[in-house]
Order: sequence, then C-alpha cells, then structure tokens
Amino acid sequence: MTQTTAGTTAPTTTMAKAITAGLRAAMEKDPKVVLMGEDIGRLGGVFRVTDGLQKDFGEDRVIDTPLAEAGILGTAIGMALRGYRPVVEIQFDGFVYPAFDHIVSQVAKLHARSLGHVIMPLVIRIPFGGGIGAVEHHSESNEAYFAHTAGLRVVSCSNPHDAHWMIQQAIETDDPVVFYEPKRRYWDKGEVGTEPALGLGDAAVVRPGTDVTVLAYGPMVRSSLQAAQAAEEEGRSLEVIDLRSLSPLDLPTIVASVRKTGRVVVVHEAPTFLGLGAELAAQITQECFYSLQAPVLRVGGYNVPYPPSRLEEAFLPDLDRILDGVDKVVGY
Amino acid sequence: MSDNDVALASPAGVDHHESRATSPDHTASHRPPADGGPEMVQVLTPEGQRVPNPDLDPILDELSDEALRVFYRDLVLVRRFDAEATALQRQGELGLWASLLGQEAAQVGSGRALAPQDFAFPTYREHGVAWCRGVDPVNLLGMFRGVNHGGWDPKAHNFHLYTIIIGAQTLHATGYAMGVQRDGAVGTGDPTRDTAVIAYFGDGATSQGDVSESLVFAGVNNSPVVFFCQNNQWAISEPNEKQTRVPLYQRASGFGLPGIRVDGNDVLAVYAVTRRALDSARAGEGPSFVEAFTYRMGAHTTSDDPTRYRVSAEVEVWKHRDPIERLKVWLMHEGKADRAFLDAVAAEADALGASVRERCLAMPDPDGTAMFDHVYAEPHPVMERERAEFLAYEAGFADGGN
Repeated sequence: MTQTTAGTTAPTTTMAKAITAGLRAAMEKDPKVVLMGEDIGRLGGVFRVTDGLQKDFGEDRVIDTPLAEAGILGTAIGMALRGYRPVVEIQFDGFVYPAFDHIVSQVAKLHARSLGHVIMPLVIRIPFGGGIGAVEHHSESNEAYFAHTAGLRVVSCSNPHDAHWMIQQAIETDDPVVFYEPKRRYWDKGEVGTEPALGLGDAAVVRPGTDVTVLAYGPMVRSSLQAAQAAEEEGRSLEVIDLRSLSPLDLPTIVASVRKTGRVVVVHEAPTFLGLGAELAAQITQECFYSLQAPVLRVGGYNVPYPPSRLEEAFLPDLDRILDGVDKVVGY
Repeated sequence: MSDNDVALASPAGVDHHESRATSPDHTASHRPPADGGPEMVQVLTPEGQRVPNPDLDPILDELSDEALRVFYRDLVLVRRFDAEATALQRQGELGLWASLLGQEAAQVGSGRALAPQDFAFPTYREHGVAWCRGVDPVNLLGMFRGVNHGGWDPKAHNFHLYTIIIGAQTLHATGYAMGVQRDGAVGTGDPTRDTAVIAYFGDGATSQGDVSESLVFAGVNNSPVVFFCQNNQWAISEPNEKQTRVPLYQRASGFGLPGIRVDGNDVLAVYAVTRRALDSARAGEGPSFVEAFTYRMGAHTTSDDPTRYRVSAEVEVWKHRDPIERLKVWLMHEGKADRAFLDAVAAEADALGASVRERCLAMPDPDGTAMFDHVYAEPHPVMERERAEFLAYEAGFADGGN
C-alpha cells in the first residue's frame, strides 16, 4: 500500500486484477450488467480477468457461451435490447472477425437506425497486441477497423488504475465501447486510486516535456515512457501522452501539446498504413500546421501479417525504435 | 432418372439436388413445383375444405367467428397495402419494395398467435407481422423511400426494426429470449407475464452461420424462442436445392429442437402451429422450429426479374394455393361471413391503399443534420464538429444567393 496524492491509501495490483475488480464493482452496482464469453465462467477466462465472478454472481450473469463469436455478439445485442448491459469478452484479438458483422452492422448502427429509440450499451473487451510469444492470430492490433466505424467508441487502457476505472466508465456509457486491453501488460503492477480523475474520452499527459510529443496507447505507453527516460539522459525532453480514447480522439489535449513542442511521434503496434497514426498525422497537420517543425512521424508495426513470434521483436516498436523516431523528428 | 422421378421420390418437396448436380443442362423449366409432402400440416385445403386435426383443433375451436373474420380482413388489407407499396415504387415514390405477395397467411397466422408481451424479430419482408403488431404501415415505407433506416420504436410494438443482413436477427431474438429468462418471465404460469420471442427468417437465411449459431445458443439455453422460417422456395434466384439437402424443418433435430412443417398458405394451420410453439416456449419448454411452406408470388424485390430463373407454370400452380381464396370459400360455405362482410373489407382495403399513398407522398425528407442526430447516445466531439462544418458549408450556399 502506498500513499496517493489524494492522501488515501491505494492498493498496488496487476492490470488483470484491476479489471476484475472493476467488473465486480460494475456488477455490484447494476444488476443488468452481465458478462458473456468463452471460458469466462468456471475457468475465469484464459487470462483470468473474470476469475471468481461466476462463483459470486452465478451462471446467469457470468455466461460461458458456446464457442461462436458471431453468436456471442448477436445474442449480446438481443440482451441489450431486453435492457441488459452485456460485457463481452473476445478471447484474443484475432478471434473477433466472425463477430465483425454484428459489431459494425448492428451494434454500431442500431441507435441511429432506430432514430434514438434503442441504445446499445455493450462493452466488447479485447485482449490485444503482441510480445507474449504467441501463435498466429493471438497478437494482433485491429483497433483501426473499429475506430473507423461510426457509432462505436474505442478505448485502450495502459495501467492498472486506468483499467480499473475505464472498464467501469465504459460499462456505464450508453454507447457501445470496444475496450482494448494490452495483454502483455496484464501482469504489470501499479496503484489504483479511489477516483478515476479523467473521463472515458480524455487523454492523459503521463509525462510532461518540451521537445517532442510522443502519442501512444495501450502497450506502447510503457515503452514510450522508457524511451522518454532514456531521452532525458541524452538531454531531450519528451512529452508522453496516453491517448486512452482512440475514438473519439481527445484533440484539445493533443493539439495543446503539439503547439508547445512542434514535433510529434505516434507509436502503436498496429501496422502504420491507415492505422491510427495516419489519422493523428492528418488531424495534427490540419490543427497545428504553423506550429510543426517536422512532419508527424509514425513508429509502428510493419505492413505485414503479424510475424511468427521469433520475429516479433523485430516487428514491434520498442525503446530503440521510438528513440530513432525522435531523432528523426528532431533532426528534420 | 428424370427430375420428375426424383421429385416423386422426394415427397418432402425439396431435394432435387441429385438431379441438378448431374444435369448440367438443367433449366428452370424442368423444375417441378414443390409441394409440402405428407408431413406438412394443413387444416384448410386450397379448395377451402377443413381437414380435421386432433392436435390442433382444440386451439382452432377456441377461435370465434369474429376472430376468423379478422384473419380474412388482415390478409386482404395486408395484400392491398403491399400492392399499393409496389405501385408507389413503380411510380418512383419508393426506391425499392420487397413484396410479401403470397406469404400473407404465414405472416398473419403467426403474427396473430403472438401475445402482447411477446417480441418479434423480422426480416425486411414482414409487413403482415408488422400489421398484426400495430405498426403503422406508413412507417414501413420510410426505409424504402429513403427517409430513414426504419425508425419506429421497437419497444412500442414489441416489433424489432427490419433487419436486412440475412439471418442476423435470429441471434438478436435468441439473446432477447435469454434476457427474458433472466427476467424470470418464462414458465411462471402467468399468461400476462410469460414471454416468447419469434425470429422470422427465410429459406436462404438457413444457410447463414448466424441461423445455425442461434439454434445452438437457443438450444443450450433452452430459451423461449420460436424460429419461424418462411420457406418461399426462392432466395432471389436460388431455389431450395441450392440451400439444403434436407427439408428445412428437419434441420431442427440436429440442434435438439422440435421442428414442424406447416402449410404457410393456410392461415388456420399457421396460427395453430405457431400458437402451440409459442405457448410451449412461454411455459419454459424451450425453443422450436416452424417451417411455413409457402411461395414468393412476386419478385424478390422490385429490382428483381424472376422471369430469368423461374417459369410462369410454377407460379400458376401456386396461384391455386392462394391463402386468401381458400379462407374466403370456407368462411362463406360455413356461413361465418357474408357478401356484405367481403364488400366491407374490400372497401376498407381501398381506403387503406388511398391513405397509405397519401401519407407516403406527404413524408418529408429529413433535414441534412439529421444524419448526425443519433449516431451516439452521449455527446461526441466529432459529431458536434462535423455538424457545425456541415451547417457552415450549407450556409455558404444561402449567402451566395444574396
């Protein structure tokens, strides 16, 4: 237990357990919250994020579903139409595609199609990203597909505190939220404060700086903070922003930082072509054109299928590649 | 072996697949009109003869003469509305229309079997079910006129929005039924509380994975949902034998559900079979599958041209199985309706057609900013920004005129 700035004691816990506690709090608060997914009940999920919840809330609220992602999303839509707030777990990022139709054609559109009569307060939890030495389809970063879809909100947590509070905020939101959990950070430990401090759509300046703005989310926040630490030893001051919300983007926070630094590096694991970095570069160019000292630069995955795990270190952005990007925007 | 031989060997009325697979020169003209086979439940023949049915007669005997006349009125009015919508499309007032011609009995029979608290999940062709649920027919025209994507309140009539993605709604229905179970609204014995869900879909949809998955989910959860398949023989241009090797109702057994084939052009049989399935679902006895064997008399939609893939002789056969004519003959023969009643319904149908036409033409186009209105339920910065940009752009035209 450590002291927080608010003066209360904050427990230190893993991100996985912080999400578990967030789900538990949401279920205690609202009896309409139900969890649905493969192996989430007796097993507690393959990452144990729902560990113990079926035992405490019963099989009607923590539902071990048949092994069919389209079926899970399709029935979750029906549950929402009946007044429930389903929280769906997709076991791994690469398994979401059978459910893609229901997410983009139904979940994202039903509120508009019904002229506001129907709400779709679903949360779709997706463990995402690489770095865990997994087999194919277990390491993908497919957030751009959903960020491109109007009607959805897309967020990603990067630390236990945010994970704990953002999952509760996502569940309370009347819009559907795709909730990306960086699976290689599930076991990172950190403090969980007693208040969320930020809204679900807010970005966070997690390290103030003056020379270069580094925009990151999910697993790349920790890597970017490490890069900032290393850069400081070389006399460079990086401002690291954790985007947290990928759709919508918190443009005011981003723009304020870029107008100060004039240089931007966007970091994500996803391939750069038409990834989130492309949208950020376009928006920043439009809003901060006269402040920019260099083009917005992207450090991301290569535009290839996620490689076999023996190659993922070469594929994934890391401290060195982030610093290389920083060198380029500074030396432009 | 000729196609006719195969058809005779397949009393289920589908499954000419063997001959089709081995007859590369097969054309639509060789295809015999399907009939439902001996396992098809029918209580009113195409000639208007009432066939006793010990299982279903207790349900049908409860129907008053007035209720039977309501069936007739529904069938006629729904057909008239549908004809008016087709005409409106031909005159350029609708961009598209999906006609239900020929399927009136399947929709009215099942729609009238629903209790007020039950919930229906339609495709885009369930105009007759919408009618039974009290949805204003003009609301159904909105999406085909292009002024909205549906837009009625599903909760107001317990009738979900039309779903165009084939088969998707069967999963939504199943999930809704899972919610009903969690609300304790099944198997209580309270007829105003126990709730069933009905999922409408067509023969083509049975090939979709969503339909199979919904049968899995409903089966393992024992959910109160009735899968109501209108087998109208044609999925646009593809006949039954392009979709299935077995009669569709037999699919159910593989999922652990009872399945039944009913004459979809016999409103009494459809009502009784669906009523029994819904009662069973409400009582907590689980899901079931009803195949209503019917025929799409018109095109798939107004954009379709069925002369390219089916012959008029097949349509002629089905004209003799018309759902309205047989009920009229029986009602008149039994003295349950008279000429004055038929005339009154005909007059009412004409009035409905005129009213639908008038109100369709009066439908306003939405404001341009309406496209930003309900994308999100909660405030969203992109919606706010783009709405402002749109308004500013539009205002530029107004200023330019000054």
